[in-house]
Amino acid sequence: MSVLLAFLAAALFGTGTFLLLQRRLSRIIIGIGLIGHGSNVLLLTSGGGRGLPPIIDSADPTDFSDPLPQALALTSIVITFGVTAFLFALGYRSWKITHDDIVEDDVEDRYIARRVVVDQMVAEGEAAAREIELDEDRG
Amino acid sequence: MIGAVDFATWGGHLAADALAPDRGSIDVLVPFSVIVPLVAAAVSVIAARNRIAQRVIGLGALLAVLVANVVLLVRVDDMAEGIAVSQAGGWAAPLGISLVVDRLAAIMLVVSSLMLVSVLVFAIGQQAEERRFAAFHPVYLVLAAGVSASFITGDLFNLFVAFEMMLVASYVLLTLGGRPGQVRSGMSYVVISLIASTFFITALALVYSATGTVNMAELSERIPQLPSGVQTGFSLLLIIVFGIKAGLFPLFFWLPDSYPTAPNAVTAIFAGLLTKVGVYAIIRTQLLLFPDDARQGTLLLVVAALTMITGVLGAIAQDDLQRILSFHIISHIGYMIFGLALFTLAGIAGAIFYIVHHIVVKTALFLVAGMIERKAGSDRLSRIGGMVRSAPMIAVLFAFPALSIVGIPPFSGFVAKFALVDAGISVEQWPIVAVALAVSLLTMYVMGRIWAGAFWGTCEDAAVSDRLRPGQTRVPLLMTLSTAVVVAASIALVVFAGPMYDLAERAAVDLLVPQNYVQQVLGATK
Repeated sequence: MSVLLAFLAAALFGTGTFLLLQRRLSRIIIGIGLIGHGSNVLLLTSGGGRGLPPIIDSADPTDFSDPLPQALALTSIVITFGVTAFLFALGYRSWKITHDDIVEDDVEDRYIARRVVVDQMVAEGEAAAREIELDEDRG
Repeated sequence: MIGAVDFATWGGHLAADALAPDRGSIDVLVPFSVIVPLVAAAVSVIAARNRIAQRVIGLGALLAVLVANVVLLVRVDDMAEGIAVSQAGGWAAPLGISLVVDRLAAIMLVVSSLMLVSVLVFAIGQQAEERRFAAFHPVYLVLAAGVSASFITGDLFNLFVAFEMMLVASYVLLTLGGRPGQVRSGMSYVVISLIASTFFITALALVYSATGTVNMAELSERIPQLPSGVQTGFSLLLIIVFGIKAGLFPLFFWLPDSYPTAPNAVTAIFAGLLTKVGVYAIIRTQLLLFPDDARQGTLLLVVAALTMITGVLGAIAQDDLQRILSFHIISHIGYMIFGLALFTLAGIAGAIFYIVHHIVVKTALFLVAGMIERKAGSDRLSRIGGMVRSAPMIAVLFAFPALSIVGIPPFSGFVAKFALVDAGISVEQWPIVAVALAVSLLTMYVMGRIWAGAFWGTCEDAAVSDRLRPGQTRVPLLMTLSTAVVVAASIALVVFAGPMYDLAERAAVDLLVPQNYVQQVLGATK
């Protein structure tokens, strides 16, 4: 049982990671959902094996399953759910603005990268001009 | 101070079933900084149509929290055990959620609540996002509650919940307005935070299955009994989780991309508080949960050095004022981690002092950047210029925190950096000391560039120089006033550097001897 769940968690993490590396926000969200499920499965298994429902006076407490990881998993499910909904809203907003939900590069980064390229081109141009001058002097 | 005393006695009345008569009055103040902003946020939602009511609620709640936190700091520091514990819902420690304020948490609470109040005043003065969106006040208060909750929690899972509270609020604040740039950066910010949170859950699952508890005091007793490989694994996992939030070396890429797109006031509070909450979590977990041999001293030192260098080099390359400052945050996170990574009393005390200094100074710098943008209509260094003549007040307000962050004596940055470098020299960690000093020099270059770009020279952009003419575009008084308060706080930090450093040292002693923390949290209920 536990081994099966461990494999399940691993599969969820793996596919989730693959989806996370895509450019479209909709796929990324699905990827995050899968990874979240993987971690919740992991959280559930952390309480040990199967057991009876943990209701006081219903049975011997040593037969109970550990309720704490279940409570923790519930909390994390709720939080992941809320944030995922927010991400969908962001994706919708992005679609309304650009008719796409591709996660774009940082504009400022590209601006600075371009500055470097321009600087290089200017430097090369100056070097070429100097070459020509030298040639003319010699000639 | 009379109001503060009243608060304490008022708290005392509330604590009818307090554990001991002299302690009850202080323990009841522990959850104050979480509950009050949350209740105020709820009321603020109800008052959504009335902005003035929202302002009164927000400022009132945060001022009350500030006063309560000051009382808490004074009282906790007075106590021999130096710690105040409150068990949420009256459930005993390992079962219920412990809320713990020791000296470090109290220091962080006071500084963060001062910044929250000042930045809220700034936002009100700015008449921008705060006025346009009814959501600003409630979300800002939730952010305040989340930050406080991260500081006071004594439970690893509750730390996750506190982080989420803070982060969800930050998602909304970051994308307030929904402009294309914000949506773009919001996507990567939310995704990266969500991944960090998932890692955190995974770490929690593993920790729980190995130890059977998520209470930090109990973990502090049980983790040393685990095999050393497992301890190291947990330690690394938690460093990665909090490293993403703090902006440590390979994990910082999201920060300079997302912060500058937020509204000015929001960027200021993010820059001041959010990354430092991550650093606080690293300090807390490394020192409380792990024994000496599982701590990652060397790794953290290398990461600290790389964080310092990449941050400052990134800052040099930028043209946009907000982005320069954002990259610069990363560089300074490196200094804090450097202090921690030494794992000596002097190093940790230095790191604590550095965090306090950095929160105040960085918030001040971002607020000044907001004023520059308001005055000049742009925050591109290539477009603005000559502001030392047209806006001397802004120049003065910029000069103090800028000199301080470089580490020029007699400012607070000098005290903080001196403490760290001194701690580094005393354990003969020469490489990191050399890096720290070299990065200080580069920091001076960065600040010099801002000064030369924004304040000296002439302005060639017609639209900007038009705005900078005398009598044009006034910066609202509240913006200047709140920035001045933060700058004054940074100066106060150096005037009272002696007592402040002593306090940081006492906090560091507490951290290095976690037995007291464990005993107070677990023993308070026995």
